[in-house]
Amino acid sequence: MEKAIRRYWPIFLAPTAAAFVIGFLYPFMHGLYLSFCKFITIDRASWNGLKNYIYALQDASFRHAFWFTAAFTVVSTVLINLAAFAIALALTRAIRGTNLFRTVYFMPNLIGGIVLGYIWQILLNCVLSLLSKPLLSLDATYGFWGLIILMCWQQIGYMMIIYIAGLQSIPSDYLEAARIDGASSWQILWRIKIPNVMPSITICLFLTLTNSFKLFDQNLALTGGDPNHASEMLALNIYDTFYNRSGAQWKGYGQAKAVIFCLLVIAISSIQLRATRSKEVQQ
Amino acid sequence: MKKRWFALAMSVVMAASLLAGCGSSDPGDASKDPGNEVAGKVYYLNFKPEQDAQWQELAKIYTEETGIPVTVTTAASGTYEQTLMADMAKSNPPTLFQVNGPVGLANWKDYCYDLADSDVYGQLISDNYALKDGDAVLGIAYVIESYGIITNKTLLAKAGYSMEDIQSFEDLKKVAEDITARKDELGFAAFTSAGMDGSSDWRFKTHLANLPIYFEYQDEGIGSTEAIKGTYLDNYKAIWDLYINNATCDPSELAGKTGSDAEAEFINGEAVFFQNGSWEYGALTADGALSDNDLAMIPIYIGAGDEANQGLCTGTENYWCVNNAASEEDIQATLDFLNWCVTSEVGTKAMCGGEDAMPSGDAGMNFVIPFQGALESTNLFVKQDQEMLAAGKAPVSWNFPTMPSEEWKNGVGSALTAYAAGTGDWAAVVTAFVDGWASEYAALNG
Repeated sequence: MEKAIRRYWPIFLAPTAAAFVIGFLYPFMHGLYLSFCKFITIDRASWNGLKNYIYALQDASFRHAFWFTAAFTVVSTVLINLAAFAIALALTRAIRGTNLFRTVYFMPNLIGGIVLGYIWQILLNCVLSLLSKPLLSLDATYGFWGLIILMCWQQIGYMMIIYIAGLQSIPSDYLEAARIDGASSWQILWRIKIPNVMPSITICLFLTLTNSFKLFDQNLALTGGDPNHASEMLALNIYDTFYNRSGAQWKGYGQAKAVIFCLLVIAISSIQLRATRSKEVQQ
Repeated sequence: MKKRWFALAMSVVMAASLLAGCGSSDPGDASKDPGNEVAGKVYYLNFKPEQDAQWQELAKIYTEETGIPVTVTTAASGTYEQTLMADMAKSNPPTLFQVNGPVGLANWKDYCYDLADSDVYGQLISDNYALKDGDAVLGIAYVIESYGIITNKTLLAKAGYSMEDIQSFEDLKKVAEDITARKDELGFAAFTSAGMDGSSDWRFKTHLANLPIYFEYQDEGIGSTEAIKGTYLDNYKAIWDLYINNATCDPSELAGKTGSDAEAEFINGEAVFFQNGSWEYGALTADGALSDNDLAMIPIYIGAGDEANQGLCTGTENYWCVNNAASEEDIQATLDFLNWCVTSEVGTKAMCGGEDAMPSGDAGMNFVIPFQGALESTNLFVKQDQEMLAAGKAPVSWNFPTMPSEEWKNGVGSALTAYAAGTGDWAAVVTAFVDGWASEYAALNG
């Protein structure tokens, strides 16, 4: 058996490798090349050197979008994970109807971002206009919190499922032993449950961090970056640079921004993975 | 180790062959069929979703008549530029596409075939409808449209006014404010909501903004500029104030109002005035909602220029361009198709006609086309434009294709919305208009 695998592994590997090359590696390399070019369509690109990167790094709207995105990522990551973990704790107790609750909390995740964005836009605008406050697209602060509410609503259920799985995999003798030794439920939470669900925390943090940082659909639908780019996140800023400007140079600028964006996502998520992995314990 | 390298090489070859497969496949290419003698094919990337059905039918008829395959694809509303960018890079790019004017042409001029010697260019009634770069004719307008303030005459009469009462901005203001004062008694408002949602904001950040630009261009005797002065921005403010303070809803709610909100309000008789264009005729008269007797279009008066002789805003932002990278046969086939559209009986009837104009019995495109073979349109607003022209009124030209970028429009729109809601002031609109223009023009050519 092992011999067969050693001989034929390329047959098993090749389809996936091919898909990876076609779907990821080639477009990625081509995109990298285009970020140094001036182009309208990708088959007629002319070399533009580092100009695109110089522009992208000097662009004030890109910097603003970065800080907006960073703030959004921090707030939403913390809120989503706290809430998801709390609900997971509640729903792993022996109470009636936990399965129903789990299903209900998970459901928002099944709706697409654009649809959610528009639904929440209508909802939040109604609330704001009843309170005689400026609507979402007029005030970036409301836009920010609107996005946070939307993301929490959408993501908490998904993260909750992952935490529930983590909590349920803790061997019950750990908990029982702790209880017999007289540990309070607070001590059980901090000394036993949290160290044992660290793998789930790693995954959930990774997912929320990258999802928030890369957020596009919800941003486009909910605020569209209004007013005047003030609620624009990085992905939407790149999209605007690419499509809302006339002239060949803008495509290259957008492409350069996209490469910078990609590097940021890789850097942030790898730092996070390293930090939380080191806290994981062996069961 | 050797085996591993072999395996790796195998997978690379496999991947490469798959990629190559992607590149060379050419589906649906009937012209390569050896039994088929006709050369060339047409691929039209259509901009107007509302006319998709008619183009599909015309394409089918043309293919039946000549054997030349015509494919029509329509980009979803608001995504034309994206679709065009993606399609132009494919192995089978559109042979026929369109740009919106000089600024749109800036992106695409290296892709446009010079139409100076084409038959379809010879059919144009005036060089004003050609988009030129030096001597080269890169685009040809195929539809002329008008916009203004669409008026519900029936409601206007109920409020005690007639069309003759509105001949200037002062008149319009007087009528609108009187209707607002009696809003509860009358049961309708003066203006539909000036929605600043993305589906509606172009009516104000682009179409309404055309008026101050037009009057400034007239004063200066220019057709485009790198720096707008904003001479008529006070008039822009006056008309915007009139719109937002005499509407169906509170100005602070405009940020969330959509284009269909305004359309529905007008159809349901909740407002007398609705700023929109001749393209809206079909929607307003569909299912007998409103009839020609109810409707009229008046010029957008902003209190500038010679108001007694001001006509509707008439122009075009739809120019056909032929892809210069297409093969010679395809270019010829495309030119022949265009010429057929604007000269043949079926083609002109489909483009100009209204009800029952298509051979299948469906409604035509209701266009006014700037070609010699044009037929009379059944569109009421278009007819009104022609009447005004005949009465010696000067149409307001479309100068918004010279607006420096989408970014500029968004900046103005955002400031207008904030001003309407009271979270921003008019100075911000002026800044976005004047300073934004200069900086965006600099960026355009940067």
